[in-house]
Amino acid sequence: MKKSLKALALLAAGACVMGALSGCGGSKKSENADVIKVGGLLEMTGGSASFGISSKNAIDLVFKEINTKGVLGGKKLELVVADTKSEASEATNGMQKLLSQDKVVAVIGPNQSSAVIASGAINNGMKVLDITPMGTNPDVTVDPKTGKTREHSFRACFIDPFQGTVMANYVYKDLGIRKAAIYIDNTSDYAKGLAAFFKENFVKNGGSVVAEEAYLQKDTDFKSTLTKIKAADPDFIYIPGYYQEVGLIVKQAREIGLNVPMAGGDGWDSSKLPEIAGKAALNNTFFTNLYSPDDTSELNKKFVAEYQKAYNTKPDVFAALAYDCALLVAKAIEDAQSTEPAKISAAMAKIKGFKGVSGEVTFNEQHNPIKSAVIIEHKDGVQTFKSKVNP
Amino acid sequence: MDTFFGQLCQQLINGISLGSIYALIALGYTMIYGIIKLINFAHGDIYMLGAYLGFFATTALGLSFFPAIIFAMVGAALAGIIIERVAYRPMRNAPRIAILITAIGVSFFLEYTMILFVSPQPRTFPSIFAATVYNMGPLVMNSQQLVILISAIILMTVLTYIVNKTKAGKAMRAVSFDADAARLMGIDIDRVISTTFALGSALAAAGGVLVGVYYNSIDPLMGMMPGLKAFVAAVLGGIGIIPGAMIGGIILGVVEALVSGFISSTFRDAAAFAILILILLYKPTGLLGKNVREKV
Repeated sequence: MKKSLKALALLAAGACVMGALSGCGGSKKSENADVIKVGGLLEMTGGSASFGISSKNAIDLVFKEINTKGVLGGKKLELVVADTKSEASEATNGMQKLLSQDKVVAVIGPNQSSAVIASGAINNGMKVLDITPMGTNPDVTVDPKTGKTREHSFRACFIDPFQGTVMANYVYKDLGIRKAAIYIDNTSDYAKGLAAFFKENFVKNGGSVVAEEAYLQKDTDFKSTLTKIKAADPDFIYIPGYYQEVGLIVKQAREIGLNVPMAGGDGWDSSKLPEIAGKAALNNTFFTNLYSPDDTSELNKKFVAEYQKAYNTKPDVFAALAYDCALLVAKAIEDAQSTEPAKISAAMAKIKGFKGVSGEVTFNEQHNPIKSAVIIEHKDGVQTFKSKVNP
Repeated sequence: MDTFFGQLCQQLINGISLGSIYALIALGYTMIYGIIKLINFAHGDIYMLGAYLGFFATTALGLSFFPAIIFAMVGAALAGIIIERVAYRPMRNAPRIAILITAIGVSFFLEYTMILFVSPQPRTFPSIFAATVYNMGPLVMNSQQLVILISAIILMTVLTYIVNKTKAGKAMRAVSFDADAARLMGIDIDRVISTTFALGSALAAAGGVLVGVYYNSIDPLMGMMPGLKAFVAAVLGGIGIIPGAMIGGIILGVVEALVSGFISSTFRDAAAFAILILILLYKPTGLLGKNVREKV
């Protein structure tokens, strides 16, 4: 009996979706005309709960501030949270609930690429905007089968390979480096993507890549390869891997007397890195990241101060990018002068030169923001903000 | 030419220090095989256990390097004895394949029990002594590499002495030669086997602590690859033959370093296992293997 009830409910839900897909979604009036509901599809529990909680904290801050004035002439923004439980399947359910029960006008989240891709089918079907703070996988905004941009999917972060471009420009132009070696994690698409973009842009700038080597995840001995790299005499080594191996590579490189600068991507962002590599060995190493709480822009200083006051901790990258997402949604609603979801999406796509805490955002035709990245330097084991690089 | 020669020497240094660790693990493999014809696949995990015992000794008990390594060796020796008593002894007369599968089971048991207790997160080994770097012309060597090498040589010498000059060693050789005859001569076979497991495990644990100090990072699955590599080293030298394990370990380490250094690091593991296949095809008894073998 219970089972058949469940099946019936599923059928009904399915019918709802079908109805929406075919464009006759029924009445979409909100009960209270003065409140605009925005969905927060976030990881509130499960393995990645810290992502979602940081994001929610930041969105709450934005909405509280905006609601002192209101949007569209005094209407209040209300955040309706649905928990993804850090799973892609739950994200789909949550999206379903936000769109069909809560009738939100736009959705922020989730942070995990797999969850954004899974729930993306639903919000695009129902033509409601979704913007993810940290979904970095290229497929989030572009359908890999057709190569077409998903009309209602956006992100506030840049896609992974972009970090390679930024680092290539930084070391060539700011550090004056001409001979680089690349040492990649051969088991990770993330690392390969970063390395490919680094190489392309570094060579385009006029530099030369004197050695290209690879390692595998869980390797522990890198000395032989590093000796080989040392023989090629590079001025710089690009290591776009994860902190576990990177730590050992940096340590062993210094041990064999390879003292050139080294750099990588946000896979380096861990408090474990100084422990593994040793603080002294980490000097003269850099990595690109999406955001640094030490960024010196006025906007960011204000955000960090507010966040610290409200939650008694420094904002992380998930908070910063969700903060920008919330501001972007509010701006898109204002620009559209409407709460009609399709119009909000259209307005979002047109946003140019938006100033957020994580940098300036202009969406390209793939709905990926063209934005600046931060370079972080290790000084005696402490991450310090070095500079902000524009694309 | 100079740079090529310099690089070659540097890679030899890298290879020998890596190889001496393989040798330490391979010794345990070879001893246990020599005495009960068992390829103890849990051996790599004893090495992991040793690394964690060393970690515990240095962080929680605050011991320095030498006491820590002894603590780990004693702990692992006990673990080896217990594993033999609980898992292998009841299988003593079972078919070879059953006991081999038991060994794989013990290996998984150790790995995932450790994950349960210490979490799969890698731990950072405290730096017990600073790595002083010695420059010899173009060559670079650090004190940790030296410590690994010296410790490995000392341990191997001690082992050779025990096996060849002591009564216990004589008993081990006798059991390995012919267990039934040894029993007839009044040798307590169970005790000899326990001793062998204890010795082999202690050596693996020493390897684990040395690796922890050298690479600075340990995790519950760290024993898988080195365990397999040490197995290759043991087969390469001739499984069951003690000097063979030492030579096999060093050769394997050097080959890996040369392959990463002069060809490509991604071929390194392939080269190690290609050696296994070649040896099995052309000289299954290993480099030092003869028709009449002295086994322990």
